[in-house]
Amino acid sequence: MSPSKLDLLQGTLDLMVLKTLSAMGPMHGYGIARRIEQVSGNEVLLNQGTIYASLVRLEQRGWIGSNWGVSGNNRKAKFYAITTAGRRQFEEDTAYWRRLTGVMDRVLDSNDEPGILPEVNGETA
Amino acid sequence: MMRRSIERVRAFFAKRRLDRELEDELAAHLEFAIEENLERGMKFEEARRRALVSMGGLEQAKYKHREARGLMKIDILLYDLRYTFRTLGRDLGFTVAAVLILSLGIGANVAVFSVVNTLLLRPLPFPNAQELVWIAPPPTKCGLSCATYSTDAYDEFRTGSRSYQDVTGYFAFSNPDNMSLTRNGEIIPATSIDVIANFFQVLGVHPAMGRLLRPEDGLNGAPPVIVLSNPWWRRQFNSDPNIVGKTLDINHQQVTVIGVLPASFDFGAVFAPGTKVDALTPLNLYGPPRNWGNIITMIGRMKPGVMLPQARQEAAAVAPRKCWNNNQPQSCGSYKDGVVPVPLKDYVSGRLRRSLIVLWSAVGMILLIACVNLSNLLLARSTARSKEFAMRAALGASRMRIVGQLLTESMVLSAMGAAAGLGLAWMLIYWLAHQGSVALPLLDTLRIDGAALAWTVLIAVVAAVLFGLAPGLRTASGNLHESLKDSGSGSGQGRKHERLRSVLVVTEVALASVLLVSAGLLLRSFLHVLDVDLGFEPARAAAINAIYDDSAPTEDAGAAKLTAIFQQMIARVEAIPGVQAAGITDYLPLGGNRSWGLPLPKGIQAPKGLDGPLVYVITPGYLRAVGTRIRGRDFNWDDKLHSQSVVIINQSFAHFLAGLAKLPGGDALGQTLDSGGQPLTIVGIADDVHEENTESNTTWQIYYPATQTGPTSAQLVIRSSLPPAALANSVLTALRSLNPKQPASEFRPLTTYVDRANSPRRFFMLMVASFAGLGLLLAAIGIYGVISYTVTRQTQEIGIRMALGATMGRVQRQVLSITLRLAIIGIALGAAVSLAAAKLIASLLFATSPWDGVTYVAVALALLIVALVAGYLPARRASRINPMVALRAN
Repeated sequence: MSPSKLDLLQGTLDLMVLKTLSAMGPMHGYGIARRIEQVSGNEVLLNQGTIYASLVRLEQRGWIGSNWGVSGNNRKAKFYAITTAGRRQFEEDTAYWRRLTGVMDRVLDSNDEPGILPEVNGETA
Repeated sequence: MMRRSIERVRAFFAKRRLDRELEDELAAHLEFAIEENLERGMKFEEARRRALVSMGGLEQAKYKHREARGLMKIDILLYDLRYTFRTLGRDLGFTVAAVLILSLGIGANVAVFSVVNTLLLRPLPFPNAQELVWIAPPPTKCGLSCATYSTDAYDEFRTGSRSYQDVTGYFAFSNPDNMSLTRNGEIIPATSIDVIANFFQVLGVHPAMGRLLRPEDGLNGAPPVIVLSNPWWRRQFNSDPNIVGKTLDINHQQVTVIGVLPASFDFGAVFAPGTKVDALTPLNLYGPPRNWGNIITMIGRMKPGVMLPQARQEAAAVAPRKCWNNNQPQSCGSYKDGVVPVPLKDYVSGRLRRSLIVLWSAVGMILLIACVNLSNLLLARSTARSKEFAMRAALGASRMRIVGQLLTESMVLSAMGAAAGLGLAWMLIYWLAHQGSVALPLLDTLRIDGAALAWTVLIAVVAAVLFGLAPGLRTASGNLHESLKDSGSGSGQGRKHERLRSVLVVTEVALASVLLVSAGLLLRSFLHVLDVDLGFEPARAAAINAIYDDSAPTEDAGAAKLTAIFQQMIARVEAIPGVQAAGITDYLPLGGNRSWGLPLPKGIQAPKGLDGPLVYVITPGYLRAVGTRIRGRDFNWDDKLHSQSVVIINQSFAHFLAGLAKLPGGDALGQTLDSGGQPLTIVGIADDVHEENTESNTTWQIYYPATQTGPTSAQLVIRSSLPPAALANSVLTALRSLNPKQPASEFRPLTTYVDRANSPRRFFMLMVASFAGLGLLLAAIGIYGVISYTVTRQTQEIGIRMALGATMGRVQRQVLSITLRLAIIGIALGAAVSLAAAKLIASLLFATSPWDGVTYVAVALALLIVALVAGYLPARRASRINPMVALRAN
């Protein structure tokens, strides 16, 4: 699959789901969606429905598993849990994400003067 | 990644279960959300609404899920396919027409591809066929005798060359029916060819049963053996599985069957197209053939890694060392410049390259016309469907999605057309493969193979894109609003379509006219070939191979015996009612031929590099029977062995001699030629006879009397007022009364020889002509379609005009003038293209200019008439429009 702009967004949702599951243990789709909304301080405008596309993607990659179970208020629901491979992936992705945001921060915060490129004298670079 | 792909495929097939689970999951999600909202104190309605909003659309969630889960593209394709089949099923008339047109176009293409593939593209049916070369001099005047080598020359070449794994050959002068098989008291004629014992090793042919020839089979005193061809074994011996080891009575000699050839090897198909060869027998190089002169055609298998130029260089070096006869030192060096290896494939099918390329282009054009026609049909349909697509676009379908849907339709049509076309091609190929009398090589190996199937798929896809893309883009690019409003009978979209359709029709007419011009030129060439004065009259004459036994203790006694046999034979046959003339020759015109050297008037030095005349040994009456005119006299039975030696020569040879020797009065008649010390008196000058083919110029010919020079066989030629078939039995009875061993040989009308010689030309002409006919039909359909669409679209306009007083005739004329304009533009374009392309076809024409005016005018007229007929039907409909109905309709 070729990387595209959408992939980053997809990737972020997937990472959030992995984080939620690794921190909270097995949860159902609604629970994951609500949890992300709450933790993000409702700053993420999440169409709750899209969580299911993310879940099926993660499951097909083998990073999470699922089982039908019964919820606290006696409702049948599908529960998702992170797998060992998922944990490994989560750590990798987290490290990657930290690096990326670090670099982004540095680049965006740098306040050098304009014109830092050396003069090129009649030569085509 | 791998794992995900597998999961996706699994999900694709578990769609129903996964969808149900998703439904359940989403339902649960909704209930959780509603519950939470209720707990916050909302009313149920509000709780539910909020829950749905934060979900962000159920259908969208499902779509995203499916997209992530399975193979969405295939799902769409399947959906489009289902939809396509539904729409095509609803519009059955259109579907049938489209599939029919496509199947004709694709079928013709696949069939011709198979022919081209067999003759040009595929290697010959031998292992490592690229190593095989045909070794012969450049083309000469003296026929087969100059394309063959003596046994001494063969031996010298074989031992003296290093480029070859081995060199083989076969005896080139066998007549058909040269073998009599006696079986259960019946005498059956058959044809065998003598081949050098290593023939099959060199070609790489392996037996279907038993063994093939070994070197010892070709030695002096070897027990006689025979290898049967596969068809003969099946036909004559009922596929006898125990045939190997049995003995056959052939020419009254016990011959052992040592093997049966595989069905894949047909000697005739490769080396003598249009003839059947029943068996192969070993050629004894060290027996009598030693002194028969040039009798062997040479075929070599180059060593791996040896390139053709290398082999050529070596052959040129070896050639001067070769002797015609090792005992005649003066004959050494006579093959200088006369030994040139060419790829065997070039020898077998090289001459047909140009014809095949023309044929291939012709079917290519047919496919183009079919595509144009289909584009037209689809455009007409897309106009009718523009609202459907506008509706889909309005509901959110992307342009790509609509083009995709249209291409799916094209592909489905194309696939159906290809399937039907494959069936058509199969029938055509089957028919072609069983045309035993067409003198084209390898025809019997024609079949639809993997390459042909691949070709079918390729052209089906290309065709689908060709005919589907224009209407597809045109439809998808339509303005939504316009389409929804455009009623199809006004201006705008409809008129744009019409322009495109007119362009398509003009293209179609132009293509058809190019095809028709080619076909017309080929047809005229063919008619000219039929008109050629062959120098003999094939009509109402027939020939049979007569068997005789002239064994005698001395030469004198043999000659006397032969004369007596022939005289009796001819007398008995001439006594049959209906027989007008009969005579014997050893080689028939357009049959085999040979030459013996160049006899010249005494004292004249032979100019360098001249080939001898072709030699025919004939009886008195033969020339009359075959229908060749003579000046001077025919041979008669008094030309005995020890009387004056006489010959008849043909006009070209006489003309050459008269010029060379400055003969008095410029006439060779009555002059004497010197043939190795023996004087030959020219008693007659005969017309030039076409000896090898009906098209090229004739060469020198010389006739010897059978009473003085022994013939190699006796082809009895009979001219009668009755059809040959009616005489066959009485002639056979007459021959059997003289010689009970006479087999029931085929009684062949001489026209069959002419037909066979003309068959490649007739074959290509008929193929191109049928494709041109097909092109014309498709163009007519195209014209009809466009004009009748125009009329339908203008119904209202015509109605108004008629209401304002236009007459029926005027309306008709107007519609016809549109038709004519399209046709004339098309014809003019086509004529221009034909003129430009004429060079391509020029080498295939005979006595016809590629700019033949008659053909061009005839084609233009034919196309105009067809266009008028195709346009007349809608014109008539237009003139019958009832103004009241037309105006009320919309």
